[in-house]
Amino acid sequence: MAELAVDKHFKYILSVEKNKDSFESVVMDHLRMNGAYWGLTALDLLGKLDSVNVDEVISWILKCQHESGGFSGNIGHDPHILYTLSAVQVLALFNKLDVLDIDKVATYITGLQNEDGSFSGDMWGEVDTRFSYIAICCLSILCCLDKINVEKAVSYILSCKNLDGGFGCTPGGESHAGQIFCCVGALALTGSLHYVDKDLLGWWLCERQVKSGGLNGRPEKLPDVCYSWWVLSSLIMIDRVHWIDKEKLVKFILDCQDVENGGISDRPDDAVDVYHTYFGVAGLSLLNYPGLKAIDPAYALPVDVVNRIFFSG
Amino acid sequence: MHGRPRKAPKPEDEAASSAKAQKLRALQTQFFTFHHNKIYTKEAVELSAKLLEINPESYTAWNYRKLAVEHYLNLPDCNPDSIKSVLDDELRVVENALRQNFKSYGAWHHRKWVLSKGHSSIDNELRLLDKFQKADSRNFHAWNYRRYVAESMKRSEQDELKYAEDMIYTNFSNYSAWHNRSVLLSALFEKKAGGFLLKEKVLPEEYEFIHQAIFTDPDDQSGWFYHLWLLDQTVTTDSPLLASSWPGHGSDVLLVGDRCYNGSAFSPFSALHSDSGSFPIVLYFNQPVGGVNSSTVTVECGFNKNEDLFWKPLSASNSQTARVWVAHLKVPSSDLHSTVEVSVGHSKGIISTRGFVYSHPSMFSFKVHVQPMERDSSQVSVAENISLREENFKVYGTQSEESIIDSFDQLIIKNGHETTASNWRFEALAKEIECFRELLSLVDCKIGKLTLARLLKAYDAMSYPFANKLVHSEEVLELYSDLMKLDPTHYQFYKDEHSIVLLQKYKDSASSAICDPICLRLNNLSLSRMGAFEKLLWVQMLDLSHNELQSIEGLEAMQLLSCLSLRNNKLRSLTTLEPLRKLKSLRILDISYNQIGDQSIDTTRYVCSSPLSHSVGSELNRDETVTSDVALINNWEAFFIFKDFNLNQLDIVGNTIADEKFKSVLVKIMPKLKQLDGKLLD
Repeated sequence: MAELAVDKHFKYILSVEKNKDSFESVVMDHLRMNGAYWGLTALDLLGKLDSVNVDEVISWILKCQHESGGFSGNIGHDPHILYTLSAVQVLALFNKLDVLDIDKVATYITGLQNEDGSFSGDMWGEVDTRFSYIAICCLSILCCLDKINVEKAVSYILSCKNLDGGFGCTPGGESHAGQIFCCVGALALTGSLHYVDKDLLGWWLCERQVKSGGLNGRPEKLPDVCYSWWVLSSLIMIDRVHWIDKEKLVKFILDCQDVENGGISDRPDDAVDVYHTYFGVAGLSLLNYPGLKAIDPAYALPVDVVNRIFFSG
Repeated sequence: MHGRPRKAPKPEDEAASSAKAQKLRALQTQFFTFHHNKIYTKEAVELSAKLLEINPESYTAWNYRKLAVEHYLNLPDCNPDSIKSVLDDELRVVENALRQNFKSYGAWHHRKWVLSKGHSSIDNELRLLDKFQKADSRNFHAWNYRRYVAESMKRSEQDELKYAEDMIYTNFSNYSAWHNRSVLLSALFEKKAGGFLLKEKVLPEEYEFIHQAIFTDPDDQSGWFYHLWLLDQTVTTDSPLLASSWPGHGSDVLLVGDRCYNGSAFSPFSALHSDSGSFPIVLYFNQPVGGVNSSTVTVECGFNKNEDLFWKPLSASNSQTARVWVAHLKVPSSDLHSTVEVSVGHSKGIISTRGFVYSHPSMFSFKVHVQPMERDSSQVSVAENISLREENFKVYGTQSEESIIDSFDQLIIKNGHETTASNWRFEALAKEIECFRELLSLVDCKIGKLTLARLLKAYDAMSYPFANKLVHSEEVLELYSDLMKLDPTHYQFYKDEHSIVLLQKYKDSASSAICDPICLRLNNLSLSRMGAFEKLLWVQMLDLSHNELQSIEGLEAMQLLSCLSLRNNKLRSLTTLEPLRKLKSLRILDISYNQIGDQSIDTTRYVCSSPLSHSVGSELNRDETVTSDVALINNWEAFFIFKDFNLNQLDIVGNTIADEKFKSVLVKIMPKLKQLDGKLLD
């Protein structure tokens, strides 16, 4: 069986950070903050976070913060809840949450909660359960979850629960592994997992594993390495991960590597990118692949980072 | 980012890419200038359209366009025609962007935003949707948008059902259409709209419909989950029911006021050794409910006031709903023989999490006998290793007549309702069973076997307790064994189901007057999961050793447990012990020879109450309990799990985690512990 080409992936991630001039890079310019989170968390899981210039990263992150307290995807762009979480997560990785004016960030996020408990992504009002997860995760990391109306947030998420046990973006929306991760994660972080029908959802999730061993995001779709995170972490949070064949999934992820040039792709022999590299490595961590740091399935940060936030004096 | 083939980078590709990149960057820079300076000239707005055509994911450009629209709408010289033109422009830009990437969140949201400005072209929207859904019938953005448009237009559920039906007839393999159908139907069931009033009329038609999907291609998952939902609708009664209780109806409870494990303590009654001067009343419902309190459940007995009873839900953390509820009845220390009557649901207030009211009041009664013993504190010490002695145990056995417990049937509440109304349910199930047997005779398929197993289980569950037997257990067990071979990827799923059926089979009927039914041996049964708790509420000493348990989910229901062995199982972390925190009587625990500490990923990390899930109060005072050399950061699991335990005896040897350092941490967390791994503590 193939092995994880740690060194190649390490070099690949660093090269992505430096390569700002390719078309792919410019087209993703607006989500560089997400990219930073994917790349840096992957590096931490691989044990290589110390190869990064922390001050440079932090200085760039702070340049992306707006008056409202929210963060944009890159310098010049508008603030959005998506990039606010990534910014906070990266600062947590470096144990530099103290550079933040926490109240300012919290105010931005609490301002995005709507009457029905849902969250908008930004001032323009798009509502999606992804944003519920982001708000809850972000404020949890900043240890001020009580600043939002948690009860209403939870009840909105539950209104997006479907008859197959899964969750969609909005009430009535079809179950999708990405949304399920967000909703299950949000419920986990708010001590509300008892609202999840674990057996029903567990079966839906475990049936994402197809013949090749990879996981898809919904019935009758193609497998994709990123679902090794969305589906897998959901299964772990509800304690049903033993319902899939973990070895076959490990093999699938390893088959998606570009062992020559580094990086991991969505499917074997497809083009690699930092997004799938992160999810592949994170998935392997959840599968107890040797040599990787353990990752927390709800916060999507290394376990030692999460423990540091909650349990150190 | 998805679905692009891996290609070795060629120099000419890189040059082309670099050139494209430069062009895009120039466009972007120019765009930022306009945006940051709030310039909304025609030229500026055109530029943003160009940018979005190349890169519909550039979210700031969508924001800019909204600002531009608002700018135009606020101009003094705007009129209905100019407004229409501005908004039409937006819709055109969105359509172009969607053509580039019809999964662009930004594009879809912008369209919704534009429509909210009052420019109604709703008919046009349906036409647009039709185009997109024909191109990709699984595009969930389109389906979400469709639901939004249908609601705005106030299209009837029936019309939308017809649309979903048409999509399905075009291609059965359309999970999104089946999902939409389930959403529409449940809304109608809830509304009790004409024609949809009776599930018994609608469900048979839906079964016919779904059969076409499943039987055409049994390996296509699109219909599986819809069928499971239909089954749930057929089987589940809306109103919650009380499934079982402890003490059981008509039973005798003997309370012995001192711990004593020799044979003389036993009697034909179920003796409860209580060291707290009280005993629990446990209510086990068939689904999670809220609203159980001393108004909705009344306990009449001579020695306790009903109003003083406090009913607690046995659920994780902050939840006010649970399947299992418990209250403790204080018992006087003097000699006593008394009858207790428990009435459940005579006044309204108990509600299921689905919102249905407990509407079938039930009652059960039992007798309490208190037999105080002379308390000699010198005898109340655990001088030797208390083992789960042979003669104290009832053994699980399916063949043996004597291995059965007495008064088991009394635990199960006979809910005498719905006997006639449920005929359509039985008929529907019987028909489904027939259909799937036929399918299996033609094609040996996984969904056939799994569905048949579920149908047979449901049939038995509905028949019991009237039929008093689980008729199909053997066949169900065989189906699950087949599935373990047929679909090895999901082996553990079928194993878990198998374990539960095995436990459900365990009972009953043949009553035995032997000894005292308080102990149960369920060891060496290859159990990967525990279940059937409603039948096991009476157990005080449980031997689950030498199984394959990696979780003890649900065990919190067994409120009488004082002694538990989980030796030689597959427990992988301390957090799996969370259910035990609710067992206030637990004194002896054996978790030796498990796998705690082997792996770094903890699958019950969020099922346990801890600060990580915001399910412990902040009044937690760590300094008191944990000394300076017990770093919480390294031992938080042990701390949060064990701090509320009241154990006398613990066995933990044979786990990776159980080194001397860890054992000393445990002793600090549990100062009342008397024995650890066979060693007496001082």
